[in-house]
Amino acid sequence: MTTPQLLAPNVSAQHWADPSHPDDRPFIRKYVFSTDHKTIGNQFMFMSLFFLMIGGALAMMIRWQLGWPGLPMPGGGVLPETMAPGGILLPEFYNSLVTMHGTFMIFFAIMPLLVGMFGNWLIPLHVGASDMAFPRLNMMSFWTAVPAGFIMLASFAVEGGAAGAGWTAYPPLSAVPEYSGVSTGQQLWCVSLVILGFSSLMGAVNYITTIVNMRAPGMTWLRLPLPVWALFITAILILLAMPILAGALIMLLFDQTIGTTFFLPETGGQPLMWQHLFWYFGHPEVYILILPAMGIASEVIANGSRKPVFGYPAMVGAIIAIAFLGWIVWGHHMFQSGMNPLLGSSFMLSTMIIAVPSAIKVFNWLGTIWRGDIHLHTPMLNALAFVAMFVIGGLSGVFMASTPVDIYIHDTYFIVAHIHYVLFGGSLFAIFAGLYFWFPKFYGRMLNPTLGKIHFALTFVFYNLVFFPMHNLGLGGMMRRIYDPNQYGFLEPLQPMNTFISVFALALGASQLVFFFNILWSLWRGEKAPENPWSSNSLEWDLPSPPPHGNFEAMPAVYRGPYEYSYPGRGEDFWPQSEPPNGRRARVETSGAPVAEGVPQ
Amino acid sequence: MSQAAAIHAQAPRPMEGMKVYNVKLGMWVFLLSEVMFFSGLIGAYIILRFAHPEHWAAPGEVLAVPLTAFNTFMLICSSVTMVKAFAAIEHGDQAGLKKWLLATIVLGAAFVGIQVVEYTKLIEHGFVPIASLYAAEGGPLYGSTFYTMTGFHGVHVSIGVLCLSFTAFQAFRGRYTEEYYGGVEIIGLYWHFVDLVWIILFTIVYLI
Repeated sequence: MTTPQLLAPNVSAQHWADPSHPDDRPFIRKYVFSTDHKTIGNQFMFMSLFFLMIGGALAMMIRWQLGWPGLPMPGGGVLPETMAPGGILLPEFYNSLVTMHGTFMIFFAIMPLLVGMFGNWLIPLHVGASDMAFPRLNMMSFWTAVPAGFIMLASFAVEGGAAGAGWTAYPPLSAVPEYSGVSTGQQLWCVSLVILGFSSLMGAVNYITTIVNMRAPGMTWLRLPLPVWALFITAILILLAMPILAGALIMLLFDQTIGTTFFLPETGGQPLMWQHLFWYFGHPEVYILILPAMGIASEVIANGSRKPVFGYPAMVGAIIAIAFLGWIVWGHHMFQSGMNPLLGSSFMLSTMIIAVPSAIKVFNWLGTIWRGDIHLHTPMLNALAFVAMFVIGGLSGVFMASTPVDIYIHDTYFIVAHIHYVLFGGSLFAIFAGLYFWFPKFYGRMLNPTLGKIHFALTFVFYNLVFFPMHNLGLGGMMRRIYDPNQYGFLEPLQPMNTFISVFALALGASQLVFFFNILWSLWRGEKAPENPWSSNSLEWDLPSPPPHGNFEAMPAVYRGPYEYSYPGRGEDFWPQSEPPNGRRARVETSGAPVAEGVPQ
Repeated sequence: MSQAAAIHAQAPRPMEGMKVYNVKLGMWVFLLSEVMFFSGLIGAYIILRFAHPEHWAAPGEVLAVPLTAFNTFMLICSSVTMVKAFAAIEHGDQAGLKKWLLATIVLGAAFVGIQVVEYTKLIEHGFVPIASLYAAEGGPLYGSTFYTMTGFHGVHVSIGVLCLSFTAFQAFRGRYTEEYYGGVEIIGLYWHFVDLVWIILFTIVYLI
């Protein structure tokens, strides 16, 4: 008998769940320094939600200042004199607020939620592995992200306050303490992000190796669930983009501390070089923040529509195309920084081409929903919101990509509106969708659907009331990081709109409490989750909720793609990937030999 | 021992039928990331040098090319000894593995040592990374870029020497066999990468 050629050659290196062997790991190895990808995913969830709250609180303060400039903030009295004497926010502190809001949300909330949490939760289960390729590296990845976050948070407490040069940290403002009034805070900002870069790098190496090497037999590339495809491409982007940021941050840190002169023009440095390096990382970063969201939305929309994803290969191709194009568009962040107009035009063209694969994805989502048996469960509602908001954010992106229009709207609230439409309306709604969808699998409890729908409705309405008018603020000329717009006469008429936005921003912030309450309440009191609450197809739904340490009892076998919903002539409207064609469940023993006949090669 | 535990104990082995085992694939992926890191630094160097050629002195005027050429030669030799170590364990030659690993460590450590001596002399000459104290020929960009690029390479060599020392420690414990040599192979990959980067850095920083 010939040994079957397995797609995942690393079979025998895996540590399958052994039901006869109880999980006897001590507490600290089970919950704190755990190497189990599911626990690390849970840890990333709690860490990122904590920083999401911090970032949200900072946003509330920003909106207070813009809605009621110069008025003492309720509860602002608890802040020290250096931030808000008498509750009135200082301009210097306001600079720190916008900087740290962006930094926390991008690097410590959205990125670890999408990549850290969903990456860890989904990749090994979706490919049919017992764990990541490098479980200890995975643990280190989490435990370097935590200190990075707390260094960032601690920078509020140092003399001079937290970084205040914007999340893009353009020098010379960021490099010379006299310019921004911040010295140690700006250095801690660099150090924290370098450490976080290591964390992301370890994650990316792990994800790529796991997806390439540890797929179960039959799990061909074109049978991978779309979140795994998205996370795979995202991991490649992280792998190649984070080191560029690390290099730039280190040069900036050297300029700040030991007195080198990379970015300081008086001694020969080039401030514009920072922008090139930063955005060479920064634009792929934009796709790091949206591609996993797209994958999650695809999964949830197919499930909620009870239909296969329309054009699966095109969806994969579009992810790859977006990721590739993402590397040649960074100049569109710098149209107004002094650039040869001819070069600007080439960046404009490459940016607009991204609309093509993005539109492929949007039309394929619509094609998936079209004439489906639509179930409007909470994950589906959030996924639909993701598609709608992503379309608005994508279309405003085309405005900014156009160099003549960008002359007018660059660095205004139009940009703020755009980034929030793709990052909140896009990524965060997809995160909500994914959380409502997979929370039961990893905690064994359903999230409360009523609270979930209330949270969705409030968030969707308030969100649009907050961010849509910002387009108008931007067209009215309001600058992006301005402390008090009323210092300019032509912005005074916009004050009522700013107050309107702030009222609903506070309401939006408050309605997130429903979400946090739902999570905390459901962890202990939620309805017990069955194996497969959403009648979904991918491998994790074969397992108990939560899956045991080691996931599968033995190597699973995969017979079809993950989106075989409503297959004609089949009784059930879903068809698990692991169900053999003859209807009998089969497993492959750990020796690597298929038990049942007909295991696909 | 349960079957699962037995499987777990074997985990780091290169598996039969595997094209590229996990740790090796992981190392290649990591090295891609390293390529991007050094590309960023080299890219910045190119931009700055084209913008301000007057900050650079003629090759050999400030930097000691013969000393560094000798150092480069040593690092290339250390790549050869690394290959020898790998070839030895592939054939199960334990003594050869230990001998060649130690040779690699000595050469790598000597490289870092010579670089430290070079730095000391350069700093005495006024060639410093700090713009306000720069007193050598050319301008401060020369010092800033030189120390950042060669410094990061030096850190990589030092980390490599530490990892090699750990590999050698494992080799002396008899951890590697002709079937199980992944640890030697992946540190070898890293070491060759560091060597290759140095050849590029030596060319553009010292010779051009």
